[in-house]
Amino acid sequence: MVSKNKYERYLRQIKLKELGTSGQDKLMKSKVLMIGAGGLGCAALPYLAAAGIGQIGIVDFDIVELSNLQRQTLYSIEDVGKSKTLVAVQKLKRFNPEIQIDSHQLKLESHNALKIICNYDIVIDGSDNFSTRYMVNDACTLLNKPLVYGSVLRFEGQVSVFNYCDQQGKSPVDYRDLFPAPPSAESVPDCAEAGVLGVLPGIIGALQVNECIKIITGIGQTLCNSILTYNCLSNQFYEFSIQPNKNKSQSAPSTEHEFVNFNYNWFCGTEFYQNEIAVEDFKSYINNKKFKIIDVREKEELPLITEFPHEQLSLKKIEEWSQNFSKEDTIILFCKSGKRSQTALRILTDKIPEMKLYSLKGGIEAWKNYSLQNENVE
Amino acid sequence: MEIIVLFFGHLTDITGESKLKIWDTKDTNELINLMSKKYPGINDMKYSIAINKVIIHENCILKDADVVALLPAFSGG
Repeated sequence: MVSKNKYERYLRQIKLKELGTSGQDKLMKSKVLMIGAGGLGCAALPYLAAAGIGQIGIVDFDIVELSNLQRQTLYSIEDVGKSKTLVAVQKLKRFNPEIQIDSHQLKLESHNALKIICNYDIVIDGSDNFSTRYMVNDACTLLNKPLVYGSVLRFEGQVSVFNYCDQQGKSPVDYRDLFPAPPSAESVPDCAEAGVLGVLPGIIGALQVNECIKIITGIGQTLCNSILTYNCLSNQFYEFSIQPNKNKSQSAPSTEHEFVNFNYNWFCGTEFYQNEIAVEDFKSYINNKKFKIIDVREKEELPLITEFPHEQLSLKKIEEWSQNFSKEDTIILFCKSGKRSQTALRILTDKIPEMKLYSLKGGIEAWKNYSLQNENVE
Repeated sequence: MEIIVLFFGHLTDITGESKLKIWDTKDTNELINLMSKKYPGINDMKYSIAINKVIIHENCILKDADVVALLPAFSGG
């Protein structure tokens, strides 16, 4: 049964004098994007729909698995194998036919993120990996959208509000003010490895919607400039205040063009190789004076390279030497196999993000093989 | 002087405890060095540091009864 008037199903919250019909109107006019329809998404989405958020977008590319059902309560046994986004949209439409629900059944990546996010007023992050979290954060910073952050592991959750300020005289902060650089991929277990208590994303996702409602209606105090942690074993909540971080990494993209070209998988260490030059192409660079070629192997390492001009600067020294480079430099790094040159590339990118850096794919071994084969052909 | 250190998230995998008392530590750099010696695995972890519930971004002097929290990033959703 559809309500007789547009406020009927929301009467209990309209009754709250802080909210009233004017608050309800704001909710009905708002557009919220939920990134991820996993544990956090399944907790947040029903409450967003229940509150009467006018337009809800759901981004997820994944399908429902049996092991999701322990915490992802939007899905039933018959949904296993189906698209999470499609099932969630279907259920929420039945639950509240008066609102618009958009399905974005895709993997959010830097080439599509801005186009999707720009259509919404607020973003809720319920993703499950650091690449997406840094990407969503940077997209929201560029587009100036409030981001309601939530994250869970085992028995502990974190909630915060980024790119938003409800107190005068304070500057908004974002994820990079709290965690300027991502942890190495192997140092943090994910929920698949470490586990998560099913009810925890329920609590954290509900807290995210609570922040979202306060931002839209302007009531209460949000978690902007602070992060709330909750431990469901000890029942302890801690709230930490966050100040803008002057030391935060300069590597964050500052334009839409930089954003689209930013490799978040590489930045977060889930993809090792970046900016590789194949040996076939390397040949055309070796006598070009615009390119500085650097051998990052140790001084005594063989084979010796005499066929092209280069400098020798071992990986161990590259960090202290980085101050001698300028952002106008274009550098090709090489080593034995192409691995250390990637590590050097990562170090230099962090020090001088504007510098153009490349690494010889397969290293000097690949170059020698290639040269040998070509000699034979000739 | 006595300082309380709180470990959050998966840092407790390394420390084995969520709370620790330390004495006579002049600043947060000294505290980090102390933690690195006591729990070598912590060097591989990235975490934010808070003193009395304020996240800090550089070395800070510690005083008696300060509560220092080490807060790691995790990404589960």
